[in-house]
Amino acid sequence: MAIDFPELAAIRLGYGLSPNQPPPADAAAVLASVPRAQSMAMPTTMADYRRDFERWQVIRKAQEKADTAPNRAAFQRIRQGMAQKPEIDLMRRIARAAIDPAGFGERLVQFWADHFTVRSKNFVSHVLVSAFVDEAIRPNLSGSFADMLKAATTHPAMLLYLDHNGSTGPNSVFARRRPERRLGLNENLARELVELHTLGVGADYSQTDVRELAELMTGMGFQPTGDRIYRPDRAEPGAEQLLGRSYGGRGTDGMGEIRRMLDDLARHPATASHLSRKLAVHFLSDDPSPDAVAVLETAWRDSDGNLPTIYRALVEHPELEATFRQKARQPFDFIVAAVRALGLDPLRVQRMEQKPRRRDFVNPMRRMGQAWQQPVGPDGWAERADDWISPQGLAARIDWALDLPGRFLDPLPDPRILLKQALGSTVSPALAAAVPRAESEAEGIALILASADFNRR
Amino acid sequence: MATRRFVLKSGLAAACSVAAHPLMSTVTFAAAPGDHRLVVIILRGAMDGLDVLQPYGDPALAALRPSLSPGPDGGALDLDGFFALHASLGDLMPLWAAGELAFVPAVSTPYRDKRSHFDGQDLLEAGTGEDVPLAMQRSGWLNRALQGMPGARAETAYAIGTGDMLLLSGPAPAMSWSPDARLRLSPQAERLLGDIYHDDPLFRNAAGSAIEIVSGGGSDARGPTAVADFAASRLNGEARIAAFSLTGWDTHARQAQVLRPALSRLSASILALRSGLGPNWSKTTVLAMTEFGRTARENGSGGTDHGTGGALLMAGGAIRGGRVIGNWPGLGEGQLYADRDLMPVRDVRAYAAWALAGLFGQDRGRLEAEVFPGLDMGADPGMLS
Repeated sequence: MAIDFPELAAIRLGYGLSPNQPPPADAAAVLASVPRAQSMAMPTTMADYRRDFERWQVIRKAQEKADTAPNRAAFQRIRQGMAQKPEIDLMRRIARAAIDPAGFGERLVQFWADHFTVRSKNFVSHVLVSAFVDEAIRPNLSGSFADMLKAATTHPAMLLYLDHNGSTGPNSVFARRRPERRLGLNENLARELVELHTLGVGADYSQTDVRELAELMTGMGFQPTGDRIYRPDRAEPGAEQLLGRSYGGRGTDGMGEIRRMLDDLARHPATASHLSRKLAVHFLSDDPSPDAVAVLETAWRDSDGNLPTIYRALVEHPELEATFRQKARQPFDFIVAAVRALGLDPLRVQRMEQKPRRRDFVNPMRRMGQAWQQPVGPDGWAERADDWISPQGLAARIDWALDLPGRFLDPLPDPRILLKQALGSTVSPALAAAVPRAESEAEGIALILASADFNRR
Repeated sequence: MATRRFVLKSGLAAACSVAAHPLMSTVTFAAAPGDHRLVVIILRGAMDGLDVLQPYGDPALAALRPSLSPGPDGGALDLDGFFALHASLGDLMPLWAAGELAFVPAVSTPYRDKRSHFDGQDLLEAGTGEDVPLAMQRSGWLNRALQGMPGARAETAYAIGTGDMLLLSGPAPAMSWSPDARLRLSPQAERLLGDIYHDDPLFRNAAGSAIEIVSGGGSDARGPTAVADFAASRLNGEARIAAFSLTGWDTHARQAQVLRPALSRLSASILALRSGLGPNWSKTTVLAMTEFGRTARENGSGGTDHGTGGALLMAGGAIRGGRVIGNWPGLGEGQLYADRDLMPVRDVRAYAAWALAGLFGQDRGRLEAEVFPGLDMGADPGMLS
């Protein structure tokens, strides 16, 4: 089956077809969606986090001092408000992804936010996860990988998630003055930085490299109420050796040296290989051919990690059609693709009240295996199709496909028309034969949305 | 619901395909590893062990807890003259009398001092200390245990519910299922799904299994014991391990009111397992564990804050219960951890390890090196009958 570029690009590089927008005509139309994803009209920022943090402190102290009914109510109110932040973020992200005509930029936001996974560990820092995406990922979508790496590694959300904020040089001034606290290094950020974010787990580095890297970064940390990101009194004294180069030491600029180290990690050939393969796995196939990876790796190396160059190589990739439907849509992609295919109004979705949005989006996504902002580990969401199309995961998709359309659309669309809207020329003969035989419109629509045709890309 | 047709169809298809889905194969029953059942319940939010298992015989308790943990005089149920059971677990007293309920009063994971729910739960489910690389903390101890069980298949272990269970995550195949999946398909829709998935083994097998599970259910999928009912139904089949979590234990304020529904749910879940498992209850061990305990002192809001040592609850016909197992560290001057928390006297992982050794014949060397890296299992606490 030959598939023309617009359909292929919409399904594989974006969030699928929509009756309200034509698919992107060419590579330029796909790439034009990247700058659109770079900013939000109302971004979430560290200022939001600081405001929440301060409000929380005030209320908590008031309640500790006097456990009165009004204080208790205020405490509960702020806690409930904070607990809702991830789902509000989800609705905003669904709307944003559904509304874009090409969607490639939002797919990249999803990819990079997952590559640099952060997770909140308490109510107060829920908002940090959204701030991380809006401050570290989006603005760096069209720059060099090195710029995104630096923004992500130094963002407070990452410092908190990978336990770096308490990491203190064992011989630092701060630690020596407080021997009773037994302060020391935490290697988590250093390890994930090389293992997940740059070189990759198979690359040629040692435990000594990880430790030296952790020591180099000891000064980096933040206070919820301030702007400062570097605390010299916590830094381990002396120069550190990483992959044969020396960083830091007497008289050097602490953050400057950390940034120089990140630039070198970004430029490392192992990083180019690791990230090229990861892009191929995400966009093309769970098991991409060496040739497919090489196309991206060449673009990466030739451009020194210039992301727009790499995106172009991906959009024009010779295996884009040959690997069609080798990937399963993750639950977020599946849901956005359904919102688009059904032609739902993204703003109506975004503005849903708490109860229906939990029933229709937040809880179903959890059942499908993708609780928003809660991946299990720093390696982010799984990529392989069989991790998602499990009995539980598929049952949740079928249930949702049966329930959701009727909650938004009255009357329901004719399934035969929806079939064309959702899948264009890519409908398989089996699905084309099955849909008209469904007993009701609701079941016909569910067959389309639950089909392998629709759940693969 | 008419499901036979779909299952039959997908089963036939699986038989012809190269990679037959394990759930569809027919030679599996004999390969199930043994007859013992293990249920692990993760109590998310840090259960207050001192309120659940009240050490009213400790002279320091009353001063630490003016309103909470009142002992038998305040309605708790005396167990052994020293400890009393929280009144909301009263329905479990027959199990205590039958030797099917036991407690370990003062245990913890190796997690110390930072007292974050998320990190504490991660370590509890990973079964590691903080000193191992993060990569090792990304799989759960139950999954690593499964990897050492000859004959274990996907159906052998179930993570139940919609919360992510790190406990069973990892390379070994395990099932996850949420009993609120409904799949209300007409027979025609089910047939048509069978048609459209026919040539895609991944979708065909996943849907076949899902429909099979739903049609075997039949309990109230939204009731308070839906998860435990479902666990029992699978454990009566080929499953031998089930894990799920219960929330509602983070009792910073008004603990007397807040803890009640959480305890009732726990009690109802254990009783549902017991009645659902029927004769198999005699081969079952339930471990209910939490990420850490709570402060020994009551706070100003009638609650307790994040602490260290906490209680482990065991139930089941396979345990030697009706007793409190392990030492009591005391609540007096100098006996608390950091002058604020119950002192843990043993690693909670040791009890989980001894359960795996006793129920599934897991080798001690492997348990201490791979399932719970760095753990010293110590002496056998003799918790199984």
